[in-house]
Parts: sequence; structure tokens; C-alpha cells
Amino acid sequence: MADKLLTIEHLKKSYGDNLILKDFNLTVNRGEVVVIIGPSGCGKSTLLRCINGLEEIQGGEIKLYGEKIDRNKKNIAEIRQKIGMVFQSYELFPHKTVLQNIILAPIKVQKRSKSDVIKEAEYLLEKVGLSDKRDVYPRQLSGGQKQRVAIVRALCMHPEIMLFDEVTAALDPEMVREVLDTILELAKQGRTMIVVTHEMSFARAVSDRVLFLDKGEIIEEDIPERIFDNPKTERARRFFNTFEYDAVKNHTDTLNRKV
Amino acid sequence: MQALGIDVLLKGNNFIRLIDGLCTALRISLVSVIFSIVFGIVFGIVMTYKNTVISVVSRVYLEIVRIMPQMVLLFIVFFGTTRMFGLNLDAELASIIVFTFWGTAEMGDLVRGAVSNIPKHQYESSYALGLNKAQTYFYIVIPQTLRRLIPLSINLVTRMIKTTSLVMMIGVVEALKVTQQIIEANRMTAPNAAFGLYLTVFILYFLACWPISLLASYLEKKWSA
Repeated sequence: MADKLLTIEHLKKSYGDNLILKDFNLTVNRGEVVVIIGPSGCGKSTLLRCINGLEEIQGGEIKLYGEKIDRNKKNIAEIRQKIGMVFQSYELFPHKTVLQNIILAPIKVQKRSKSDVIKEAEYLLEKVGLSDKRDVYPRQLSGGQKQRVAIVRALCMHPEIMLFDEVTAALDPEMVREVLDTILELAKQGRTMIVVTHEMSFARAVSDRVLFLDKGEIIEEDIPERIFDNPKTERARRFFNTFEYDAVKNHTDTLNRKV
Repeated sequence: MQALGIDVLLKGNNFIRLIDGLCTALRISLVSVIFSIVFGIVFGIVMTYKNTVISVVSRVYLEIVRIMPQMVLLFIVFFGTTRMFGLNLDAELASIIVFTFWGTAEMGDLVRGAVSNIPKHQYESSYALGLNKAQTYFYIVIPQTLRRLIPLSINLVTRMIKTTSLVMMIGVVEALKVTQQIIEANRMTAPNAAFGLYLTVFILYFLACWPISLLASYLEKKWSA
């Protein structure tokens, strides 16, 4: 009873002669959490930007519930409301308070009642532990706080699918946790998400399916237990090894023993 | 100590004439500033388009304004047009034209800077929330541009006010011209009035511009993100 939410067929994306994604195919079912990992420059972020119509595509189709996503069509703004996106650099609006950042789009774009939206925003802020930051400006927040506000801002639009683009990459290590916990909580609620990340243990915990991408192609795709513990391809194995420091430690141990 | 000659100001309606002159100066700058802001915003936005013709034309315009002394511009517009086109421009109107010509260039440059300083990601995160292009400009880009712009354009206003002292050269009776007239008229009775009167003009200009400067630095602090 797979309920196909997002389908990508034969997607091709290039910048000039530089081919980023070649014949990319992916189907995401409702309630599924797909994590995309891979070396930098492999096309993960570009993929998310294509899904949200932020990039011109050179071929193929992206469909949300059968509706084609085309950045040049009039209905793009409408479709984007159903796609929540959180960026690596938060991108809160600096001239608006936390609350104003969150309620802007629901009120102005979805024309929902202001008091309802504020109520929801306050509820969501409380859930991410930021009730007291309601009226401060983004510049007064830490990176982790900003990112949680950005997540709340996207959630408040009631999106069908959430896209997370390396949301912890710009954060101090001790702030990574608070943001990842928030995303983990969303996964538990059964939200559909595509998460691009470099946090391997988080990827394992949050995902239903992991895609390993390299040079614009899916090299390996599996449930997290299998892909992390028993990668089938040599390329994936090498990539995961770069996150394993035991290898380095063992090497030093042998060196020490020799001395 | 010698008298500064300030008492000359109290003779007849001298002081009122001086204030009147200052008002003329402020009126010229105010009208020019309003036109400069309107035209400057349009010019600035036009300059953000990447078009060769536009960029060459605006480049030339900006350079002319930068290189040409305002006084020369005033003379061209006031005396030059009379000879060439038989136009009999009112001196105040000529001043407003020149100040607007100058202000539009500077304002346009400020607008261009402020608009192109808004990071691409601000547009993208707005689009990602489902805002369309018009909404993105209205709620995100323009408010941020104005915040960057207002302190800078206030500085331009104060510069315009003080530069109005040049317009006496084409016969506008503004503060400095009035002062000269008063000094001339009282040369015999109060030969030392020059110092006191110019000092008064200095104080008047200061009083006119200082609050504007304060406002600029206040806004700059308040909006610094």
C-alpha cells in the first residue's frame, strides 16, 4: 500500500558542461524518511534544490502527488508550500522576529487566520524549547536555535514533505544534537522527509532508507542496517571508512608496539 | 574684547531674513532629496539588471556626477541653458534640477549596493516558503534594502543641505547670501560683523544637520543585523 508522494524520473541536471545528476530516479512514499549521503559535490544538495524548483533542470520529471514541479510554471509557489525546506545556513529573515519569521508565509501566502497561526507557532516553538525566544531577532540566537526556528518555520506551512539540506553542517558540535533531536522527533511523527547529512549515526537512527550518492548517481541504496554494516560496493565502503577513526588508532597502536 | 557684531542681527528684520534664507536652502534640499529618492530607487533597481547598454550608460552618468564639481553643473544649467535654449530658468528650479541630477546618481548607487547585498539565499528561502516573486520583494527584499539604505541616504541628505550654500552663486538668496547682504549693509556701523554672522550661519547649519546625523546613527545601530 505504498503511497507514492514524490517521484523523480530520469532527472538530469547540469551546470553548463558540468553534469551534476544524470538520469536520477527516486520514489519517496508517504511517511518515509530517506537519507542521502555521499562525498561533497556528489549532487545531494542540488537534488534537493531541484525538488523545490530552485534549480532549472535539463531533463526528466519531478512530481509531487502526480503534479509536475516546474519552476517556470505559475503554480510553483503553490507546490512549494507543500515542500518544506531547511537550509544549511538557516536563512531566517533578519528584519523579522522569530515569531514574525514563522507566521509570515502561513498568513500572507496561505491566508490563514493570524490568531490560529500564532497559536500553532507558539505550540511548535515550545516543542523545540524556544518559547522564550518568540520576540527576539535572529541575530540574538545561536546557530542551533536559528536552525530550530527555521524548522518550525517550515513546519508551520503544513508541508507534505520536508527537505533538510545539511542542516547541521554549519553548527558547533554541541549544537548539532539539539537540531538532530528535533528532526528525529519529526521522523517519529511519521513525516515524510529527505535528509542530506554527514552525521552517520544520525542517518542510521532516523532513516528508513539510505541512498549513497557519488558523481550524481545512486551507487547503493538500502535499509540503514545493511548499508552501514555491510555495504555492497567498494566505493561506499571506502566512504564509510573515512568516518571510522578506529583504523587510524589501530595503526598508531601498531606503531607504538614496534617502538 | 571686540563685539562680534551679532547685534546687527537684531536690527530690523535681519534675523528673520537669515532664517528665511536657511529655509530656502532647506527647501531646495528637501525637494531635491524627495526627487532623488524616487528617481534613485528606480535608477538603482535598473542598474541591478545585467545589461550592457544599461551598465555603460549608468557608468557614464555616475562618473559625470562624481567628476563634475556641483558648481559647474549649476552654471551649465542656469546660465548655459539660457544662452543655448533661451530657457529662463528660475534659480531655485535650476538648483533643484542640479541637486536632483546629483542626488539620483548617488542614491541610485546606494540602492544598487543595498539590493545586490541581499544574499541569494534570502530569496530562495522565501521562495521555498511558497512566496511568489512579488511577495518576496515586498516582504523580504525591500524591507531589508530600506534598512540598509535609510542611514546611508540620510548622510546624503546632510551633504545636500550643506552643499546648498553653493546656490548663492547663481543668485538664490539662501542663508549665506543673506549673511553677505547683512554684512555689506552694515559695513560702516559694524565692521566686525563678518565673524559673528558667519559663526551664526555655522551654528544654524549645524542645528539643521546634526539631528539628521543623530537619526542616521541611531537607525544604523537599531537595524544593524
